[in-house]
Amino acid sequence: MKIKFWGVRGSIATPGASTVRYGGNTTCIEVRSDNNDLIILDAGTGIFPLALTLFPELPLTCHLFITHTHWDHIQGLPFFIPNFIPGNTLRIHGAYDPIARRDIREILTGQLQYCYFPVREAELKAKLEYVTLRERQTVKAGSATVTNILMNHPVLNFGYRIECQGKSIFFTGDHEHLYNIYDPHDPEYSEYSLFMNQKNQAIVDFIRGVDVLIADTSYTAEDYPAKKGWGHSTFDANIALAREAGVKTLFFTHHEPTRSDDALERVLQEALTRHPKQPGDPQFLLAREGLVYEL
Amino acid sequence: MGHSKKKLIRLVDGMPAFPPSVYHILKLTADINCVPKELVRVIDLDPVLTIKLLQLVNSPYFGLSRQIGSIRQAVVFVGINTIKNLALTIAPMEMLSRDTHNSPFLEGLLSHAIAVGVIARHLARRCGISEVESTDFFVAGLLHDFGKIALHRFFPNKYAKAMAMAAKKQISLIEAERHMLDLDHAQIGQMLADKWRLPPGCVASMGQHHQCPDPDTAPILTCVYAANIIAKTIGVGNSGNPVTETALPTAVEQCLGGSLHELIGTLGDLSGEMHKVQLFIHSWQTGSHLYSQEAP
Repeated sequence: MKIKFWGVRGSIATPGASTVRYGGNTTCIEVRSDNNDLIILDAGTGIFPLALTLFPELPLTCHLFITHTHWDHIQGLPFFIPNFIPGNTLRIHGAYDPIARRDIREILTGQLQYCYFPVREAELKAKLEYVTLRERQTVKAGSATVTNILMNHPVLNFGYRIECQGKSIFFTGDHEHLYNIYDPHDPEYSEYSLFMNQKNQAIVDFIRGVDVLIADTSYTAEDYPAKKGWGHSTFDANIALAREAGVKTLFFTHHEPTRSDDALERVLQEALTRHPKQPGDPQFLLAREGLVYEL
Repeated sequence: MGHSKKKLIRLVDGMPAFPPSVYHILKLTADINCVPKELVRVIDLDPVLTIKLLQLVNSPYFGLSRQIGSIRQAVVFVGINTIKNLALTIAPMEMLSRDTHNSPFLEGLLSHAIAVGVIARHLARRCGISEVESTDFFVAGLLHDFGKIALHRFFPNKYAKAMAMAAKKQISLIEAERHMLDLDHAQIGQMLADKWRLPPGCVASMGQHHQCPDPDTAPILTCVYAANIIAKTIGVGNSGNPVTETALPTAVEQCLGGSLHELIGTLGDLSGEMHKVQLFIHSWQTGSHLYSQEAP
């Protein structure tokens, strides 16, 4: 399998001189199976430059997996050019929204309303197929299989595990490590801890042993107290998760939009200094727009 | 049963939460820095919100791979923000029908439901049930009479007649329900809980809390059964049932390690918890009053 990062920025696109090395596009990751099946994780603004590279492959079938439907993960979808060309198939997977009670199709066609975008879904020439997933439902994406688990974010967010011929990738989407909403002296604290441990263990078991973990790392340990509950994780929590799950490589992504390239490299170094290398550690890397990683 | 299940389920979908919960939820969630545990506390004490949230998180909409049995567990598995927003979608239903819901019967029933939940959890702890499992006993106690709330809402006139009949003839309310409505609160409660995939202990407690349980096979049924009788005996809240058992069956006494009055004697350390419940019930008045002033 092969991974290429097309968008690594969190929350909002941030073009400019200070983000030119790591990139300003929002989340989009291209995954190729050994048979060159095209799997795309999220449709942030990074999906547009990806789309521009696909012309030689048309007509194509694309397996798109949406972790969740916040803007920075779907905003590029109307600009996915293969949608406008007959013969292409776009198979879109994602979670149901239990608050608004809408499936993935209803949510995504919402952003093709006339006030937001001039082309209606009915006018798109590609064949669009929607798959509203349940937790842990496994689907085929060409020669790869994709399974999901519910993560922790202020909307249902699936983390996806992709497997193909013995290699595996896990992408968290947006995820905040769980924390106890009770104080240690509250009677409910220990019960909540137990539920948390069950959920954490389920996530660790789900990720266990993947070759590549790509994790939402918006915050530093210093940022986090002011951002607790916003649904994003830290370098420290992800280093711990990667170690516990025994992954081989951890990519930090969903970079905080106000963080410059220099600051990003600095906070990574600070985190690695806090967590000195241990035997069997994964390699720790910053996701960077344009970076290709072969498994 | 004589009534369409689908119709009943549709009616329950439109059921309001209790006014104090609505008031607190709208007040708490108006603040972006809403303290999660305060929100959970409010939901935890409202049978309608609890049952609706458990129904939703266990529904195919969420597609969760495991069954969720309590609000705290739901918060861990689907996130506090989703629970907050689900509560917000349920809570405002109250605006349309506060008058119907704000009755002395429901006020008494809410106190009774919370008391049975608190006492069932206390009995579970006495039986050596783990702290985490004892939450299931609380939820089962809180929800055991949910069928009464539903019947009262769907058939207000007939239900008032059933209550009057029970009081006049000094028969149990469940008998009067069967006479007036051709169904009873245990049946409807169990049917709804089953349909909504609530945990088995909850389903059974809603359906069987008037039957003497077999303590060997069902500790949750035993605790809810006894808690119901204890709450009625000590007079916390009002279940609407004029008939109160004066003793517990021997098997239940043996299982719980005491007679009815001995068990009541062990409740002493619950006074703080029950006091908080009374405060919560009191906020019914304050809450709905303030809320009606603030409503646009």
